[in-house]
Amino acid sequence: MSTEVKIPQDLQRNELPQTQPTAPEGVKLPIYMDNHATTPMDPRVLEEMLPYFMEKFGNAASRNHSFGWAAEEGTETARERIAKLIGATTKEIIFTSGATESDNLAIKGVAEMYREKGNHIITAVTEHKAVLDTCKRLEKYGYRVTYLPVQKDGLIDLDDLKRAMDDKTILVTIMFANNEIGVLQPVAEIGKLCHEKGVIFHTDATQAIGKVPVDVIKQNIDLASISGHKMYGPKGVGALYVRRKNPRVQISAIIDGGGHERGMRSGTLNVPGIVGLGKACALAHEEMPKESCRLAGLRNRLRDRIMTRLDETYINGSMEHRLPGNLNISFAYVEGESLLMGINDIAVSSGSACTSATLEPSYVLKALGAGDDLAHSSIRFGLGRFNTEAEVDYVADRVIDTVERLRELSPLYEMAKEGINLKDVKWAAE
Amino acid sequence: MSYSDKVIDHYNHPRNVGSMDKNSTDVGTGLVGAPECGDVMKLQIKVNPATNVIEDAKFKTFGCGSAIASSSLATEWVKGKTIDEALAIKNTEIVKELSLPPVKIHCSVLAEDAIRAAIGDWKKKQDSAKPAAVEAK
Repeated sequence: MSTEVKIPQDLQRNELPQTQPTAPEGVKLPIYMDNHATTPMDPRVLEEMLPYFMEKFGNAASRNHSFGWAAEEGTETARERIAKLIGATTKEIIFTSGATESDNLAIKGVAEMYREKGNHIITAVTEHKAVLDTCKRLEKYGYRVTYLPVQKDGLIDLDDLKRAMDDKTILVTIMFANNEIGVLQPVAEIGKLCHEKGVIFHTDATQAIGKVPVDVIKQNIDLASISGHKMYGPKGVGALYVRRKNPRVQISAIIDGGGHERGMRSGTLNVPGIVGLGKACALAHEEMPKESCRLAGLRNRLRDRIMTRLDETYINGSMEHRLPGNLNISFAYVEGESLLMGINDIAVSSGSACTSATLEPSYVLKALGAGDDLAHSSIRFGLGRFNTEAEVDYVADRVIDTVERLRELSPLYEMAKEGINLKDVKWAAE
Repeated sequence: MSYSDKVIDHYNHPRNVGSMDKNSTDVGTGLVGAPECGDVMKLQIKVNPATNVIEDAKFKTFGCGSAIASSSLATEWVKGKTIDEALAIKNTEIVKELSLPPVKIHCSVLAEDAIRAAIGDWKKKQDSAKPAAVEAK
């Protein structure tokens, strides 16, 4: 794949010519392959939303005139569509500003409502910060939180969960699909355990809904957080599923006001956003079987192309229990941010410390126990509805070229090739 | 985060990439950083024993673009300098030259450390190479 590059004579620029990206037929640069961060909106969603900005601008809570009725018709259709996608009823859907709010409402709402029953909450170390930081705050208010570890494949051990439960446990909150490594937790089994013990089960299903089948009844889910912009809908809108029977789950509101959403979430409804979320759910419901199959095919193609050409690449997290569009790979001896810099016509993410504000590598990857060095070397590919096979091939080739180039630049690669075990080296900075 | 043009240039066209024989008496090797921290730099210098002038320098770096650029720049700067002149290079000068943002200052510190480590290694070799020299502990 080396392309000819003219190197100016006046500079001592040696070795490692820069690969000059040229997009193949049908590929438009830059390529977006970071669909766990957010997804582009489906044009059909936008089309559905547009009337609700101008013509149907009414307040869905205005019960006395046609403007309000038109808006309410929009939000109630959306409620039906969301409920249908996850096997719920319309009265069980509470609209929020997004999954972070839904997580907060679920966890704080249960904590407050069931305070007299107990003060113990169980979650996992690989949860999203919206769950972890909410739990941390509750610890300040006297709640006890157990953070379950995960196994090498990123899944929790159900026996750990069983052992962690006691008579003060009121809530278990475990995500459906992880946002970094895409692994799917055994939610149905977790929910079953919870129901046997009379404990409420919340799942942050942000990454899962619309991608894999979610059925709140079959999977024993009591509360589920939903986001619009992770499933080709708009940003700033989400929902919380709150089970109404077997068992009936009650939550305290965290936003008080006009008593909207059955008193659980006050505030004028974001009508266009909600309409968009509803349409996104309807599209996901129709297209999920075909789409997840196509995405898994593309994802496996990307994995195979990269891993047959590059040695010492490692997949983070279970391949078997995984979102179809997720691939998270560590490229040994190459630092993630430098890799991102080399493929700057492709939008992906890295678990490298250098890409985060805290200079700490991904806590999710660290939790897998693979070592910080591999966390620094990781790239998350998030394939989505609008990615094509030609894009996948281009991305694979660019990644391979860049990793090879950076390995030639890496002292670690050189040492490993000399047979030095990097784990035995006494590093100066430790 | 956006990178300065100079960082991008060093990343795309790193100067003086490579390795020299670390067992050679004239060569000093500095290996700093740790894989767990996301940065490892190896910087090597070849010194003329008669003049103490650094005649050649090579590097390899595992790290972000700013780390690669800092070490690449360090090799450019030490070449042609005497040992004492090279020791006078400050990380702040690297920060200025590459317009590194605050979050990347540690990359320049590592590059300065690498220069010092390489010179330290070379000096140690010279001391032990002198048969008459008394080993100072």
